Amino acid sequence: MAYLDIHHLQKSFGAHRVVKDFTLGIEKGEFVSFLGPSGCGKTTVLRMVAGFETPTLGTIRIGDRDVTGLPANRRKIGMVFQAYALFPNLTVEENIGFGLKVAGEGKAAIARRVGEVLELIGLAQLGSRYPFQLSGGQQQRVALARALAPRPQVLLLDEPLSALDAKIRVSLREEIRRIQQELGITTIFVTHDQEEALSISDRIVVMHQGIADQVGTPFEIYNRPATRFVAEFVGTLNLVDADVVDAASGRVRVGEVAVALNRPLVARAGERISLALRPETVSLGRTEGRDVVLSGRIAEVHFLGSVIRIRVAVGGQVLSLDTFNQPDRPPPAVGVPVEVSIARSDLLVVAA
Amino acid sequence: MTGKRLWSWFAVALGGLYFLLPLAGMVDFSMRMKRGEYSFEAYRIVLADPQFQQTLGYSVLLALLTIVLGILLVVPTAYFVRLRLPGLRPIIEFITLLPLVIPPIVIVFGYIRIYNTSSVLPLTGTWWGTNLLLLFGYATLALPYMYRSVDTGLRTIDIASLTEAAQSLGAGWARILAVVILPNVFVSVLSGAFLTLAIVIGEYVFAALLNVNSFGPYMVWMGGNRAYEPSALAVVAFAITWACMGLIQIVTRFSRFSTVRR
Ligand SMILES: Nc1ncnc2c1ncn2[C@@H]1O[C@H](COP(=O)(O)OP(=O)(O)OP(=O)(O)O)[C@@H](O)[C@H]1O
Ligand SMILES: [Mg+2]
Repeated sequence: MAYLDIHHLQKSFGAHRVVKDFTLGIEKGEFVSFLGPSGCGKTTVLRMVAGFETPTLGTIRIGDRDVTGLPANRRKIGMVFQAYALFPNLTVEENIGFGLKVAGEGKAAIARRVGEVLELIGLAQLGSRYPFQLSGGQQQRVALARALAPRPQVLLLDEPLSALDAKIRVSLREEIRRIQQELGITTIFVTHDQEEALSISDRIVVMHQGIADQVGTPFEIYNRPATRFVAEFVGTLNLVDADVVDAASGRVRVGEVAVALNRPLVARAGERISLALRPETVSLGRTEGRDVVLSGRIAEVHFLGSVIRIRVAVGGQVLSLDTFNQPDRPPPAVGVPVEVSIARSDLLVVAA
Repeated sequence: MTGKRLWSWFAVALGGLYFLLPLAGMVDFSMRMKRGEYSFEAYRIVLADPQFQQTLGYSVLLALLTIVLGILLVVPTAYFVRLRLPGLRPIIEFITLLPLVIPPIVIVFGYIRIYNTSSVLPLTGTWWGTNLLLLFGYATLALPYMYRSVDTGLRTIDIASLTEAAQSLGAGWARILAVVILPNVFVSVLSGAFLTLAIVIGEYVFAALLNVNSFGPYMVWMGGNRAYEPSALAVVAFAITWACMGLIQIVTRFSRFSTVRR
C-alpha cells in the first residue's frame, strides 16, 4: 500500500459536491502535483489531507495509520499557504521554531534545528527579522522552513508561488524541488500553472470538477493525455476535425487528405472525430518523417523570442505550430501559401 | 477660498472654546484656594488625603482585574465568532452594545434584586461577593469598547490562515489564542483596556449602590463637602484619563512589529 493513501474521498458543501470519488496513492518521498482549473477541488482535497476539512465519505491513511478522524494538530503535516501565513509577532527564528516548541523540544535542540533549516533555505543571516521586513519570496521560504522544521510526515503546498513575480516563481520552485529531494519528503503541490507542475513533479494529478482525470508522470500527461480535458488544459493544443473512413484499421480523412493512423478507433465509419496535435509536432514545409502534408496559408505570426508561434489556416481550420527563432531567417509573412507536415504518430485521439 | 478657510477656522475655534473654557475655568478655580495668589494648595490636600490614595488604589486595582476578565471573555469570543460562526456576529455585536443602551442604574438594581442576601446566590452579603459583583458589572460596562476594539484588531490579521498554520504545526486552541492571536491584536486590546480603565476609575452608580468605597463615590463625596478640592480632584482625574489616551498612542507607535502598514 502507498505511504499516503487517499481512498474514495468525497466532499460536499451543502448540496454542492466539490470532490467526487477521489482516489490516489502517493509513495514515500514522491512529489505529486494537483493541477486543475480554479474551483476544481484541489484545495479541498489538500485541506482534507491536512485535517482542516472533514471528508463526507472516504478515508485517508498516512503510513499505516487511518488519519481520517484525526484533528489537524495531531497529523504531523507541514503546510505552506499561498498567503505565507507567517506569525507577524514572531521573528523568523521563532516562526521556524514554533512547531518544535509545541512538540516540547528543548531550547538547544530547537536552536540547532532552526539553524539547520535556515541554512537549507539559504536565509541564515535573516533569523532575527520580523516577517514584515522580508520580501514575498523570503517570506515564503521561511514558511517552507517553518513547515519542514518539525520533520513532518507529509508536506502540503497550496499554490505557494502564486503571489510571487515570475522570476522568483521559477527559482523558488526549483529550490522547493531540490529541498524536497534532499529531504526525501512526501509532497503534494497544488497549482493551476501547468508549466510549474510539469517542471518539478514526479507525478501529476490533473483534476477536473472534483475528480482525478488522469494521474501520470509529466511526460505521460503531456504526450498521452487520457481525456480531452487533460489534452486541452495541459499545454497548447491543435484540435483537428477528421472523418472516419475505416475504424478498424484507423483510416481517416482530414479535409481532402487521407491519413492512416494505424490504430483502431472507437468510432463508426463516417463519424467526425477530433484529433489533437501539439504545436511543436507540426513543421513548416515538408520534413522527413512527417508524412502527412497539408497545404494552407499563414494566418498569424507571433514572435515570442526564442519561439515563433505561427497560425496556419488549413481548409476551414487553423493549426498552431511552433518554430525556433533563427537570426538569419525572418518569419514568413501573413498570407503566404505554405505546406505543413505532421507525423501520423503524433496525432492523438482523445476521448471526449 | 480664503473665506472658506476662515469659516472652518472659526468653527474649530468655537468648538475648542466650548470644550476648553470650562476646563480652563476649573483649573483656574482649583488653584485659588489661597486668597490672592495662585497655588497648588488644593492639590496638595487632595493628594495627601489617605482616602484619596485608598479609593484610587482600589479603583485602579479593580480596573486592572476588569481588563483581565474582559480580555479573557472577549478575545476568545470575538475570535471564534469570526473564525467559526460569522453568522452570529450581528447578534454578538448587538449584545455587546446593550450596556450602552441599558442605564447602569437599571443593571445594578437588577443585580441587587437577584443577588441580595435573601436570594439563592447572596453575593451582596459578603465583601468578596460584592467585589466580585462589581467586577462582573464593570466587565459588562466595558464590553462595548472591549469587543469593538478587539474585533477591529482581528480584522487586520488573517486569523483563518494563522490558525491553520498553527494547527498544522501541532498547536491547540489555548496556545493559538495565547501565542498567535492575542499578541497580534495586542494594540487593539490595549486601547480597549485603557478605555476600560477610564470608565472604571470614574464609575459612581454601581459603586454607590453596592456601597463600595471606590474613587467615584469619593469624588462625589468631595464635591458635596468641599469647595476647592473637588476641582483639583476633577483635574487629577482628567489627567489620568488623558495619560491613558497618551499611553495608547505611545504603545501603538512603539510596538515592535506591526500587522498594518504605517
Ligand atoms: N467552505 C466552503 N463552503 C462552501 N463551498 C466551498 C467551501 N470551500 C470550497 N468551496 C467550493 O468548492 C469548490 C472547490 O473549491 P477549491 O477551493 O477546492 O478549488 P481549487 O481547485 O482550490 O480552486 P483555486 O484554484 O481557485 O484555488 C469551489 O466551487 C468552492 O466554491
Ligand atoms: Mg485553491
